[in-house]
Amino acid sequence: MSFLSYLINGLSLGSVYAIIALGYTMVYGIAKMLNFAHGDVIMVGGFAIYTLMNSMGVNPIIAVLISVVICTALGMAIEKIAYKPLRKASPLAVLITAIGVSYLLQNLALLIFGSDAKLFSSVVSVPAANIGAISITGETIVTIVACIIIMIVLTLFIKKTKAGQAMLAVSEDKEAAELMGINVNATISLTFAIGSGLAAIAGALLCSAYPALTPYTGSMPGIKAFVAAVFGGIGSIPGAFVGGLLLGIIENLSKAYISSQMADAIVFSVLIIVLLVKPTGILGKKISEKV
Amino acid sequence: MAMLEVKDLEVSYGMIKAIKGVSFEVNEGEVISLIGANGAGKTTILHAVSGLLSKDSGSVTFMGQDITATPAHSIVYLGMAHVPEGRRVFAQLSVLENLKLGAYTRKDKNELEETLAMVYKRFPRLEERKNQMAGTLSGGEQQMLAMGRALMSHPKLILMDEPSMGLSPIFVEEIFSIIRDISASGTTVLLVEQNAKKALSIADRAYVLETGNVTLSGDAKELTNDESVKKAYLGE
Repeated sequence: MSFLSYLINGLSLGSVYAIIALGYTMVYGIAKMLNFAHGDVIMVGGFAIYTLMNSMGVNPIIAVLISVVICTALGMAIEKIAYKPLRKASPLAVLITAIGVSYLLQNLALLIFGSDAKLFSSVVSVPAANIGAISITGETIVTIVACIIIMIVLTLFIKKTKAGQAMLAVSEDKEAAELMGINVNATISLTFAIGSGLAAIAGALLCSAYPALTPYTGSMPGIKAFVAAVFGGIGSIPGAFVGGLLLGIIENLSKAYISSQMADAIVFSVLIIVLLVKPTGILGKKISEKV
Repeated sequence: MAMLEVKDLEVSYGMIKAIKGVSFEVNEGEVISLIGANGAGKTTILHAVSGLLSKDSGSVTFMGQDITATPAHSIVYLGMAHVPEGRRVFAQLSVLENLKLGAYTRKDKNELEETLAMVYKRFPRLEERKNQMAGTLSGGEQQMLAMGRALMSHPKLILMDEPSMGLSPIFVEEIFSIIRDISASGTTVLLVEQNAKKALSIADRAYVLETGNVTLSGDAKELTNDESVKKAYLGE
């Protein structure tokens, strides 16, 4: 394979990381918490599609849409039941709760679906494209295009809509946002809904490219996406996008040219180096001084 | 009937009782000032009135409606705006975006444009800097933005918490003349100030607070001439 095809595959993997990282970074930006159960929502989305397609014969596109609805509801439910009662608790308590929710989801999936890997059939029916000597799979094309569309829509949503501006206000100052008439709890809930809906899409794309589905499928991509979000600057939406893409490319090129066993170690080393040089991440905002 | 009526209000921070049974009222068109030393509970009272803090006991009634347990974001819809201590502008957003968030509760676009024009007329500096990030404004300009943002909701009652704090004397003069303007245009004002002299000069009536209790109240002019007030708060 040529450098270009490694690069394109990296871009595709990075697009999945970016979509997951968007959920991480939005929730962090607004609720100021790390939702470590975010990766497991991807897995739930994967199993939802798997069940709908294999046991119920649902059309792939409709299965993805239903999965988005399920994950959106799941994300809002997790926020309401597990995190909302802890709004005033210490960040450590919230973090431990998030890890607990993550284990709960994994073990529920284990109980229902068992531990052996399920063969996920791709939801993508776009044919592979041949450009010169390299062939790009339909999954790769759809993943990259989906990521770009999501990024554009999300940016417009935040910049142009009232709900988007309310999100920015809540992320900066919850009390001041309340005084504008913004329902802070509803805004946080909306953020979880969007992040979890995106996780469902990421799940569909990830499982289409890597079709072995287990209860732990979301765990590693979740951690990688968290790294991508920190890499790009946690709380920053363009940062999650850039961080995700870079991470995917670095991971794939390391696998191709250095060592596939070392790829993860290299990814995390790059993160450490970036944070040493620029602690706020690539596009992270400096913490502004209050006058 | 009073526009705002606070009755036997008690508020705690954790174990500490900060407000110990305060009652006061604000009538339509008035400028009412709460004065008192640091820690007397002035800011706590405003936070309780606008719904940011929950109350232990007592009641808050606004425009005839009991808002004791109403959440802060719903109270804004009833026509109350709160300019918090320390301005609390959204530093990462532009001046214009801040002002638009101030009008979050309003639906009508045309009315909104009118109010924006009115706010720009009152604060020309905000129009000059409408695309600038709010965090880059000076303290006085941020105070103007915080006031303009509150006016964007077209409030009937505006609560102001230490609007002159940390400002240069020129800005202090300007801020107080703006408060006078706001009052003259028909908005009722509840003002909390450490600068008691200034506050009494524009208030109709005032309440003096000491460690969570109202110790004195009455006509602002009479309070200005009261010996104990003079001694404790006016530095005479």
